[in-house]
Amino acid sequence: MRTPPRWNVALVHLMLVIATAVTLFPVLWILAMAVSPGSVGPGSALPVPQGVSWEHLRAVVGTRGADGAWLFGRQLANSLVVSVATAVLGTTLAATSGWALSRWTFPGRGGIAGLIVLTQAFPAVVMAVPLYLLLDALGLLDSRTGLVLVYGTTAVPFSTWNLKGWFDTLPRELDEAAMLDGAGRWTTFWRVILPISRPALAVTGLFSFLGAWNEFVLAATLLGDERAWTLPVVLQGHVGEHGANWGEFSAGAILVSVPVVALFFLLQKQLVEGLAAGSVKG
Amino acid sequence: MSAARLGRCLSIGIALLAPVRVDAADVTLWHAWRGEERAALETLAARWTAAHPDAPLRATFVPYDALAGKIEAAVPRGNGPDLFVYAHEKAGTWAARGLTLPVAPTPGALPVAAAALADGERARGWPLAAKALALYRDRARVPDAPADTDALRTAARRWTRPASGTAPAQWGLAMETTSAYAVAPWLHGFGGGVSDGARLRFRRPENVAALGFVHALAREVVAPELSGAMLVRSFDDGRAAMAISGPWMLGELRARDAGGVDWAVSPLPVVRATGRPAAPWATVETLFLAREGPDARAVGAWLAGEESAAWRARAGRQVVARQGVGYDDPALAAFSAALEHAVPMPVDAVFALHWEPLARALRRLSRGDAGPEAVLAQADTDVAVLARPPPAPVAPAPWLAGTALLAAAGLAYGARGAWRARSEMARAAHAYAWMAPALAGVGLLVVLPFLVGAAVAFFETDGTSWTFVGATHFLDILLARDWGLASPLSLWRTLAVTLLWTAANLVLHVVLGVALALLLREPWVRLRGVFRALLVLPWAIPSYLTAMVWKGLFHREMGAVNAILAAFGVPAVGWFDRFATAFAANLATNAWLGFPFMMVTTLGALQAMPRELEEAAVLDGATGAQRLRHVILPQLAPALLPAIVLGSVWTFNAFNVIYLVSGGEPDGTTDILVSQAYRWAFSRGHRYGYAAAYGMLIFGMLVLYGRGVGRLLGGGVAGGAPPAREDKA
Repeated sequence: MRTPPRWNVALVHLMLVIATAVTLFPVLWILAMAVSPGSVGPGSALPVPQGVSWEHLRAVVGTRGADGAWLFGRQLANSLVVSVATAVLGTTLAATSGWALSRWTFPGRGGIAGLIVLTQAFPAVVMAVPLYLLLDALGLLDSRTGLVLVYGTTAVPFSTWNLKGWFDTLPRELDEAAMLDGAGRWTTFWRVILPISRPALAVTGLFSFLGAWNEFVLAATLLGDERAWTLPVVLQGHVGEHGANWGEFSAGAILVSVPVVALFFLLQKQLVEGLAAGSVKG
Repeated sequence: MSAARLGRCLSIGIALLAPVRVDAADVTLWHAWRGEERAALETLAARWTAAHPDAPLRATFVPYDALAGKIEAAVPRGNGPDLFVYAHEKAGTWAARGLTLPVAPTPGALPVAAAALADGERARGWPLAAKALALYRDRARVPDAPADTDALRTAARRWTRPASGTAPAQWGLAMETTSAYAVAPWLHGFGGGVSDGARLRFRRPENVAALGFVHALAREVVAPELSGAMLVRSFDDGRAAMAISGPWMLGELRARDAGGVDWAVSPLPVVRATGRPAAPWATVETLFLAREGPDARAVGAWLAGEESAAWRARAGRQVVARQGVGYDDPALAAFSAALEHAVPMPVDAVFALHWEPLARALRRLSRGDAGPEAVLAQADTDVAVLARPPPAPVAPAPWLAGTALLAAAGLAYGARGAWRARSEMARAAHAYAWMAPALAGVGLLVVLPFLVGAAVAFFETDGTSWTFVGATHFLDILLARDWGLASPLSLWRTLAVTLLWTAANLVLHVVLGVALALLLREPWVRLRGVFRALLVLPWAIPSYLTAMVWKGLFHREMGAVNAILAAFGVPAVGWFDRFATAFAANLATNAWLGFPFMMVTTLGALQAMPRELEEAAVLDGATGAQRLRHVILPQLAPALLPAIVLGSVWTFNAFNVIYLVSGGEPDGTTDILVSQAYRWAFSRGHRYGYAAAYGMLIFGMLVLYGRGVGRLLGGGVAGGAPPAREDKA
């Protein structure tokens, strides 16, 4: 595509810079709290740190357990494993159901589509205690497996919805041609549909990953020992009844968000590749 | 990802997911102590273990926000600890629910702590530490502790100055004038209180006088809208000469050589009008016994004993609940002295109902809506509503029969439908097989817990006793029986606010998200990847923290929003004083939090969209707006519609922002349905049944919405290819 006039290019860049500045504005306070020595809470007109110190960052990263092992590293690994497992589980379950909803009519299909929206409306206030009872009965309390199962299944309705939306945009000729060539349903899906669905799978997986990455209430209720904690639980541990260690909380929050931004940055390539593939086939 | 790679990742994941082994420990203890207190406790645990290798003590830290919920979930099912530490005011409800066991009174406990925990001959737990409000002062400006309320006012007046030019405003005193906890010392000091001995009653001459005093302070010398971190900050920065706060502020003030003020602590002054000391509430950090056992009892008594108390006072810098402990820090000694006049907070569930109505009265007073007497009278009315007797039990038999009939009818209907559609279903057997894993998982771990939880709505329960009340809760809520339809507590008014909230948010999310995605798709945009990654930051940072920061941005005196407005000559706005501005503050926060989701979804959809059509439109001379309306949006619609539907449901239930930013201010008018339900469950006396009924009604509304959407999206699309592709063909 040709490049538009220069003033237009400048205007687009200007708008992006403004939008990014407004977006980053509140983040500056978090940065200021993270590098200020002592515990400085929110509540100043300007995000100016009171000096620069790495004490909070060091305190957060350097936590060691009673056994002297590197606790933060272990908790980071917990978070990564739980979130990646959630993304894989949620997206895997959702891929087949999303495809079924997109391509085939069957009795009860409308009801299932409605159910998907409804699950998003289940109030968390009502769910927590029964979920605890259930996991207790299944012997999955205090385990990250239980957490992954809950996160993964919670992510399924949204992921199904999302993937169905994507599959709907794929032309039917694509799978019909594959079927005419003698490929079965599964082969068509695995060899034709999934490869060109990488952008949608990536975005859907990212959503599930994020849901697990930031979840606190269930993780804190279901995980007992500090060595099993995920990072949101660690972060919330800096908040007490009457106040918080704002410095460590902020430093931790920045650490927690870095992988997400990095992940997004990396996934963009995937998205662009998907675009190229899609436009060739379409 | 190839199957082999997937398999490898999965196996690594499974290996890492193996359970964490907890060392065999005989006595377990849960607590939420942080910093030095935590370190002191862990040292004590190690000391105990060294002396009693056959009964080691294991202290486990739990974040404060999760501790109470975790105890209430785990202890009744035998998964809880032997001991746990929590504030004493929960003692009454927890003992009634059988979560905690009585213990022997602790000899040598501070009188206020012993009184707080006394339960006849026995005690509700072992007192460890105690907290009450006291007066912090900057010694450079207020050298001597004010002896009485007149001296306090004089000193505070002297150091109060309005902002002038570049010099920021100075205040004589920082205190939370709209918190029921912070105002209690004055109620007691003026001879009043929240209860007349028999029931909660606010409108009394003593309380009117106390509120008159607090209001005069607030108008003259107190920094406005202060709470939590802001209060600490205003004193630490030297903007307030004095502050009323608890021992928790000690650890948050900077040292003098790091730029902090030279401060000292003293008990609250005597009220001049009555000659009584201002008496704050005392909160006792209590060690509760959750599971019977001789070792647990021995640990409890030892942790509340002399050796432990001395260590906690020295190493943990704690104000311990024990007599005769020496403090090397004068501030700790002052807090210990402040406990002499403190009033132990009552432990019954009814007492806990007073917080919300009293806080509401204080906020109305501070906004100038009415005088002390009128707001207290209103608080009496409010508390009567909250403390109304539970609904009468209803015979469950007809309900059981009705439910069984309905279930049978539903099954029959389903079976008939299935029978009629049997050939169709057989033909579509593969579709069910493809849906099965997802349906099984969601059914077990999402739908089943929901159904169990929903059943609670038909009971009146505080977690222990269960009374079947049929549809009473639903009728109470729907008919707004206990308050008018226009009250902020009314379902219908809250629903109107919720709908406005959802609609306004969706418009902002979609407009911002689509606009930014359109800007970001142009291949000639420089640093595209950087912009994209930075713009998802609101989504990446935990929203608890960002919501707190946004609340700070809207602070009247110290917030950046008012500072920016001031640069344009706009006078300071009290954002949380009026519905419109408080709503706008919530909206700004949630728009910021939510636009990245729409942006990412749109970006994904745009990738799948061929640009030839658009280029053709350009060649045909279409303007930018025409292209957007007739080419881009129609193509985006199929991908965006599901996101909009889900986004609307999430926003409808977006509890965090409301709770953390406006907190329902003013007077609960900005509360949405889900934050109301939350308040009924947790801050209005644990009316779990009522809260569940609220949750079910919210759900019911979304069912209606979902049905409409199900028709729109579930029925239509199956027939053919989506419109975007047809256009192209």
